[in-house]
Amino acid sequence: MRSLFSIRNMSQERIVFALAVALFIAAALSLHGFLAVDNLVAIVRSVSVLGILAVGMAVVIIGRGIDLSAVAIMAMSVAWYLQMLNDGSSSSWALFLALGGVVLIGLVNGFFIAYADVPAIFATLASGAFVFGFVRSQLIGQDAIPVPPQNWVETLGRLRFLSVPVEVFLFAAIAFLAFLFLRFAKWGRYVYLMGDNPMAARNMGIPVRPMIVLRYVLSAVIAFAAGILTAAGLLSINTRVVNSTLLYDIILVVVIGGIGLSGGRGGVRNVIVGALLIGIMLNAMTILDIPNIYQNLIKSTILLIAIIIDSVLNPRDEQTAQQGDI
Amino acid sequence: MMSWKRASGAAMALAMLAFSGTAMAQSDPGTAPYNAAVQGKRVIMVPMAMGFDLAQGWAYYIGKEVKGFGGTFETRDPNWSVEAGAQAITEAISSDPKPAVIVVHSPDLNSYTKLFKKAQAAGIYVVLVDNPANFPADAFVGSDWDRLGQLEAEAVVKGCGENSSKQIGLVQGDQVNSSSLYQYAGIMRVLEKHPDFKVVAKPDSNWDATTSRNVTATMLQQHPDLCGIIDFWDGDATGSSAAIRDAGKQGKIFLVTTGGGEKVDCDALESGTFGAVVMTELQNQSRDINAIIKFLLQSGQPPGTSKTYIYTLEKATTKADIKPDTCWDLKSLQAAAK
Repeated sequence: MRSLFSIRNMSQERIVFALAVALFIAAALSLHGFLAVDNLVAIVRSVSVLGILAVGMAVVIIGRGIDLSAVAIMAMSVAWYLQMLNDGSSSSWALFLALGGVVLIGLVNGFFIAYADVPAIFATLASGAFVFGFVRSQLIGQDAIPVPPQNWVETLGRLRFLSVPVEVFLFAAIAFLAFLFLRFAKWGRYVYLMGDNPMAARNMGIPVRPMIVLRYVLSAVIAFAAGILTAAGLLSINTRVVNSTLLYDIILVVVIGGIGLSGGRGGVRNVIVGALLIGIMLNAMTILDIPNIYQNLIKSTILLIAIIIDSVLNPRDEQTAQQGDI
Repeated sequence: MMSWKRASGAAMALAMLAFSGTAMAQSDPGTAPYNAAVQGKRVIMVPMAMGFDLAQGWAYYIGKEVKGFGGTFETRDPNWSVEAGAQAITEAISSDPKPAVIVVHSPDLNSYTKLFKKAQAAGIYVVLVDNPANFPADAFVGSDWDRLGQLEAEAVVKGCGENSSKQIGLVQGDQVNSSSLYQYAGIMRVLEKHPDFKVVAKPDSNWDATTSRNVTATMLQQHPDLCGIIDFWDGDATGSSAAIRDAGKQGKIFLVTTGGGEKVDCDALESGTFGAVVMTELQNQSRDINAIIKFLLQSGQPPGTSKTYIYTLEKATTKADIKPDTCWDLKSLQAAAK
């Protein structure tokens, strides 16, 4: 008889969840002020943008891909949007253009990966660099673009329900929508089938290529939403974020939550667990006043451990693995 | 004895000599060697990135001056990448025609020291701006970051007041950049003189606004009595001010930061978002850079001979100090540059 805690049953998600709970209890007992309601809300708020980006990334990774252009799309599309507003474009026209650009990048990413058979990791790396370079040099004047006063983005940043910032609800909403899509929509189920075995999925008659394109468009649109939320909170967007560790943090959240990089496994729940662990960890380290370099060291060590556990629990499927897969 | 005729002739010749003499005096003996020294000289600026206010301000003022004296001015944009900056400097050293001066905004104390040595060996003057480095460059023009930290600390002590909690939070940049390290040292120097003021937390923002927001939120949560915060750069102080706004503590927490003195700084002071900003006087600083470039070009000394430090005069500006010309406007500079 297998007990609940036998090693076979310890999926990575459970390990991470247990770790998050343990860390939470340790922090609650030892750190003064950790358990305050405001602090707990602040923890969730601090990871909501990261969590939203991770939901987008999760959809792509489950389908056996990766989107390294997510952060560039997030920062540059919103920077361009705000630049247009600052230059006096009408709000709806600017939004239409920015969203159009975002969808176009998603389509291009998807096209290269699905139809030109470029490995996702290279296609999106290149498109991310292109988006950054093009927008930064052609469309905006400087790194940081402020949100113009009396704008819906500013209002969004001030929205509170029951004194909880709106980001938390939007993270919840996007996570819930992604959950519905992956669990109940036909196309959502296809994501798993394709991630598990792309050739079999194709033989079965799933429109593999359009589905890949769809995933990258989804990821791009979700990145845009995350960018708008960032701008709403800070009243500006700084494109320097493209050079930060944010992209790796997103992958960290996805992988640590137990979504295998080889695709076909995991769901939105994993993202939430991963995001919460990171949120609790960062919050506790800040309360303890641990300098940034050590925080990065601790974070990267945990990512390394998660990747090792991932490769043990979810070994590469030799039958379906292809060159260029991550 | 001279005849009258000869005498008048001599007088006339003398007068003519005197006349032509005054004509000689009207031509300035300085301009010819000056022009010979500066004309056609190439100046290349390599900031940490071109995308922020100070770099664009420097580029505008230095560019105007260099073009004005008949030289050529170029900028490189490493976009915050240390490697790209190193590449830009390497490329500048080996380019043809060789630049006479490179103006470098160093990302940290040590990364470029070897390249600076190489540049000087190749006959190129090295002028450092804003961030000092462990290298005796021909000139450093920028803030005395220690003094700047002292000004910030004095501002926050004054802003908090005697009847406050006297608890201060710092949002540092990182632990490698000289501007962050020296700023911290300066702040601590002043706080030693005010032993009742305590630094209760000092997280790093890594110069990122989102991180600054998150760490400030945690700081406010842990230390609700905080009376003042010093954020080490206005570029990420948008994050700490967002956290203060989120916590509903605007007006209760005195936020001090430092920046390029662009219009956003004055706007934030006007709205009460920032309590005080230690501003770099861009125009004066650029003038210092221009003056040292002109000096070096005329000096005739080989690069590496002299080491000059020109610290910019800094001042903590509060809402009460703002005058119409306190801040400069990037938009109008960009419009003027077109």
